[in-house]
Amino acid sequence: MTLRFNNLYSLTLAFCLIPLLWLLIDTAFDNLGPNPIQALHIRLGDWSLRFLWLTLAITPLQTVTGWRGMTEYRQMLGMYAFFYATLHVLAYLLMDHALVWSVIGIDIIESQYIWFGVLAYSIIFSLALTSPKWAKKRMGKKWKKLHRFIYLAAGAAIIHYYWQLKGNMAEPLFYLVMICILLGFRVLVWVKNRQLSRLMIPTGQRVLVVPVKQFVMAETIREQQVNEPERLDESGTQHQHT
Amino acid sequence: MIIKTKKDIPASEITDPSVFKKRRQIIKATLATMLTGGAISSTLANSTLPVWGNLQKSPVSNDSLTVTPAEITKNHTNYYEFSFNKKEATSLAQNLVTDPWSVEISGEVEKSGSYHLEDILGQQTLQEYVYRLRCVEAWSMVVPWVGFPLASLLKRVKPLSSAHFVKFTAVYQPKTMPKQLADAMLEWPYVEGLRIDEAMHPLTILAVGMYGESLPKQNGAPLRLVVPWKYGFKSIKAIVKIEFTKRAPITTWNKFAPNDYGFYSNVNPAVAHPRWSQNSERQLGSSFFTPRRQTELFNGYGNQVASLYSGMDLRHFF
Repeated sequence: MTLRFNNLYSLTLAFCLIPLLWLLIDTAFDNLGPNPIQALHIRLGDWSLRFLWLTLAITPLQTVTGWRGMTEYRQMLGMYAFFYATLHVLAYLLMDHALVWSVIGIDIIESQYIWFGVLAYSIIFSLALTSPKWAKKRMGKKWKKLHRFIYLAAGAAIIHYYWQLKGNMAEPLFYLVMICILLGFRVLVWVKNRQLSRLMIPTGQRVLVVPVKQFVMAETIREQQVNEPERLDESGTQHQHT
Repeated sequence: MIIKTKKDIPASEITDPSVFKKRRQIIKATLATMLTGGAISSTLANSTLPVWGNLQKSPVSNDSLTVTPAEITKNHTNYYEFSFNKKEATSLAQNLVTDPWSVEISGEVEKSGSYHLEDILGQQTLQEYVYRLRCVEAWSMVVPWVGFPLASLLKRVKPLSSAHFVKFTAVYQPKTMPKQLADAMLEWPYVEGLRIDEAMHPLTILAVGMYGESLPKQNGAPLRLVVPWKYGFKSIKAIVKIEFTKRAPITTWNKFAPNDYGFYSNVNPAVAHPRWSQNSERQLGSSFFTPRRQTELFNGYGNQVASLYSGMDLRHFF
């Protein structure tokens, strides 16, 4: 079981490099169109955005399906979002501007859409730095607080995307709708938990809101285990995939 | 095939339209033979005929500039009537019907009326104009246009003294233009405008070709405006109407987003678009790791046009 799990993980890890490979092939075969420099850095930005969205899709997916053990995948996708964002930034600085800082400086100062790109990247950068397990352990409760900034990064990223357009909203609309669904899902869960907690606890004991949320989650898990008790006997890891 | 154009034809010696039409028929017949006779691999973006031979260069042409490869110019153009995507627009633009074509001249002018494009061209001497085109999207290219000064057409139709502006209207052809059919984004048909002195300026031309060939459909066939010191969107494509007006016309992009796109839209590195810088530009055709070009005021045509705007605050009249 462990082997299969690792295979899937490695496969995903390799799979996420396909966009880069594809881009390299297009570059090598001069297949990037009449403005290859722009095409290259826009495509890297697009992939960064897509991976960020995929990262944000993991938690709702886990909640809806009840699948466990996807944290590693969330981390991997998040790191890929950082990876493509870094290439995107490097392409802008090196390929488009050849590191002419005086021109880059004016471009950043005068271009509002880049401000949001800088904000999104700064956040993703700090999340990537604190991504390893040891950092998570060391930071404790602060880790979760910091990593909630991914929502802000997503907002900044979509503004960054929208504001460099002249007015055509068709493609970015898809990403906007997707992020609204992904973040809206979290709001719904939060509201639902709040309502549940209100129903169950007298107003004087609001302190219990957080434990109640955990209680609801824990109960669902226990229910599954009770319904299918043989799974526990079979293998300790199998319930991770179901 | 070469179409020889006479130089400086006096008004009295204008070719009779019927003679001109016969000439066109001969050309068409020749073309048809060529097309049916041999297998011609005409790719979408390359169906550009006829070919002009050695055209005389206009004295206002920038011959020191390195011309952008034609393949780039033919495949990197905005044409929102067809698509918001440049590649798709280029392929869909091939559906545009450009024959026959006439231009309506109206408003504050003596000789208003509808003119066949062939008749208009019969009166003009075509020359080559190498100009830099700077797009508001912060890229630029150098294009060898084939055309004639707008002023020489405007003078022939005799504008009245009340004509302070010139309004240009592009074709409305929803059958071939999906975004017009869908009534998408901008108000159609596309409208642009110039102040009369801008329109009369010797740099302002009407183009019918580029790179020695007819204009490809995606690049504005059969007749487009080229105003080299203004952002590209001012250079309206597929013109069907030229109107002389007393007041400034409401132009398409200006109406869509008045804070983003002004009536003048002169290239100016000091005035940023509200959301992006106009300080530098990507020169198309340059290789990876090439720095951007520093954008020049009036796209480098300041010596010729700055006097048009003397005393004007260019930040206010952007």
